[in-house]
Amino acid sequence: MSLDKPYLDVPGTIIFDAEQSRKGYHLNQFCMSLMKAENRTRFKANERAYLDEWPMTEEQKQGVLTRDLNRCMAAGGNIYFLAKIGATDGLSFQQMAGSMTGMTEEEYRNMMISGGRSVEGNRYIGEDGTAQAKNQPQGSGNKKDKA
Amino acid sequence: MARITASVYTSHVPAIGAALDMGKDKEPYWVPLFKGYEYSKQWMKDNKPDVIFLVYNDHATAFSLDMIPTFAIGTAAEYQPADEGYGARPVPKVVGHPELASHIAQSVIQQDFDLTIVNKMDVDHGLTVPLSLMCGQPPADKFEWPCPVIPFAVNVVQYPVPSGQRCFNLGQAIRKAVESYDEDLNIHIWGTGGMSHQLQGPRAGLINAEWDNAFLDKLIADPAAAAAIPHIDYVREAGSEGIELVMWLIARGAMSDVAGRADGVTLKHRFFHVPASNTAVGHLILENK
Repeated sequence: MSLDKPYLDVPGTIIFDAEQSRKGYHLNQFCMSLMKAENRTRFKANERAYLDEWPMTEEQKQGVLTRDLNRCMAAGGNIYFLAKIGATDGLSFQQMAGSMTGMTEEEYRNMMISGGRSVEGNRYIGEDGTAQAKNQPQGSGNKKDKA
Repeated sequence: MARITASVYTSHVPAIGAALDMGKDKEPYWVPLFKGYEYSKQWMKDNKPDVIFLVYNDHATAFSLDMIPTFAIGTAAEYQPADEGYGARPVPKVVGHPELASHIAQSVIQQDFDLTIVNKMDVDHGLTVPLSLMCGQPPADKFEWPCPVIPFAVNVVQYPVPSGQRCFNLGQAIRKAVESYDEDLNIHIWGTGGMSHQLQGPRAGLINAEWDNAFLDKLIADPAAAAAIPHIDYVREAGSEGIELVMWLIARGAMSDVAGRADGVTLKHRFFHVPASNTAVGHLILENK
């Protein structure tokens, strides 16, 4: 029997359900460890060595090292946990959220000031809204160059 | 006996706390938002409760993936503001009400809701930002919140989260529990979080003001209909983090009109603003008639 997951057809969105939670347990607990100042210091001193202390997949580690939050989400990360990485880097939540859209910080901030991203065309995969894969990444901060 | 006289609903965006803590509340970006809470701060002074029952969610602060309770009630004497990665907010510790909290826990569990009883936890922006918005920043010579607070944490981080209907029913159980407490106490119940927002993925930044305002209308006038909204509608229409709005239904379910005992509720205040950081901010104050 398959499980009821009616949210899989929402574009640009990964719902952190029990399956994602299982996949992301160690990644998210690594993030949680960054709530302690001494761990933040150790992580910043040698990110790779710190990550290697955790039984994370290489994909999860690469997601963290490249600060690609979309990659981290796909590998089981949850945004509230991943936010601890951003806090360690001194980023605001708005900067972190914006980084997942391809927009620059200023472009994303301006979008929010002018009312946010419209839901039109962004309810179902296959429509033509800004969050659809064919229209991503947005703006000039194209993350594909960095990956 | 103890009774719930009013309910308060508000978003709990962390950037609002940061703006207050760093003295940015007079900046043009923030002025319209804080203006919407001027009435509320005066209302709090004029209608000071004995205890606030504060429904909020923990944001990977007190609860890691080691364990996340669906419903957790704080029965501790006090709670410290959490360090969420930027240092703890410079706000007073939160004083609890262990006697009433444990009474509510006993009663609500006997009404078939499985609460986790928590005696030690730090509280994050989900709880302290609503206090700041409603009470203002406490002065240095009287550095305390105006009354004790019972923290009630709901899992809205790890799916599946409780349904709106279950939250609404839980609110009704909480009202019964409060009214079976002998001491004469004036209780406010607050539902926090929302409104539309999405913090993740290419769809980050989603706002749906039309849906939010329809939700406010429904919550005020037809809460049973608001309770029937399925999860997927929140996700699709109000963004993946818009699901926090189910917590508002706990507070709404605790109002006496839901029990069919009064002729409705009085809407004292309504406010809506976009944006605060990534989020649409909504706010209501309802009193029992």
